[in-house]
Amino acid sequence: MGVEAGERVPSFDMVQEADYRDWIALLKPRVMSLVVFSGAIGLLVAPGHLNPVLAFTAILCITVAAGACGAINMWYDRDIDAIMRRTQNRPIPTGRIEPAPALGFGITLAVGSVLVMGLALNIAAAAVLALSVCFYVFVYTIWLKRRTPQNIVIGGAAGAFPPVIGWAAVTGSVDLIPLVLFGIIFIWTPPHFWSLALWANDDYRRAGVPMLPVVAGAKETRRQILLYTLVLIPVTLVPYMLGFSGRLYGITAAVLGLVFLERVYRVITDRQDAEGNSLTGDAPARTAFKYSILYLFALFGALAIDRMVG
Amino acid sequence: MAQDPRITPIIDPGAEAARRRRGRSWAILIVLLGLCALFYAITIVKMAHF
Repeated sequence: MGVEAGERVPSFDMVQEADYRDWIALLKPRVMSLVVFSGAIGLLVAPGHLNPVLAFTAILCITVAAGACGAINMWYDRDIDAIMRRTQNRPIPTGRIEPAPALGFGITLAVGSVLVMGLALNIAAAAVLALSVCFYVFVYTIWLKRRTPQNIVIGGAAGAFPPVIGWAAVTGSVDLIPLVLFGIIFIWTPPHFWSLALWANDDYRRAGVPMLPVVAGAKETRRQILLYTLVLIPVTLVPYMLGFSGRLYGITAAVLGLVFLERVYRVITDRQDAEGNSLTGDAPARTAFKYSILYLFALFGALAIDRMVG
Repeated sequence: MAQDPRITPIIDPGAEAARRRRGRSWAILIVLLGLCALFYAITIVKMAHF
């Protein structure tokens, strides 16, 4: 078979069949790194011992469940993903994966990860894992994301579950300390995400997603970032104050928190117009966003090291 | 009709689809083998605890 003169030769773009990378992209692999890390911290700091095979299984289940949430989120948000520049090349908007198989993929992974967690680890860990998936899908994705500028605040709870799941995998129960770790990620999420949203909200504006800078403006967003950071610092010191960690963690948390506050102060005092829009290309907000990622990794890393050497 | 020798397809869409399908099949095989190994290891660990 050949190609006749004038006949259109299919290009790469016309081949719409998905390959395995598209299915991996459905799992939002970049979001997984924090989930894996915070879940592993929950496992490491929990009292007791877990066989390495079971520890690996627990982290795998947390990772797969997070990926399942990503796939279901992409299925539900396929309309706005097609509008937003950042997401329009995802497998569903481009037509490489049909919505129904994407949903089936997500549900299968979610159910599978909860079942394996229940069978290999314990019921408590499986229950918290199931709760986190339901919270992300029903409360954040379907209910809050398109309805309220507080979507990130309450939806942030979904990302705060992994240390609780890790802890429950080891101990079979949920204690005060994993709830404090939950609280740290919960309160860290708004300043982290709004620092990004300050300079990357055009997509959300176009898609009609009511992110705080879109609804309340940049000035109010800066104020909220400061408020949450001021609450975050004392919460990070709770493990030290409860005697769960030693001075290494206490000092590290205090120093990291003060540096975070300094970064946020720069966001507040950034040169702005009357509406609070940056005149510097939001350079301080970009710095604060990058620092917020390092902050959480360093904070939890210090807690794990403190528990291991203490 | 005679084929125009000036036009040659750079990519055969059939071959491209087959390549993607092959990649997917390998990925599924690897995942299944990984799951078998994991379930085997979990069973051994669980049995050792009893």
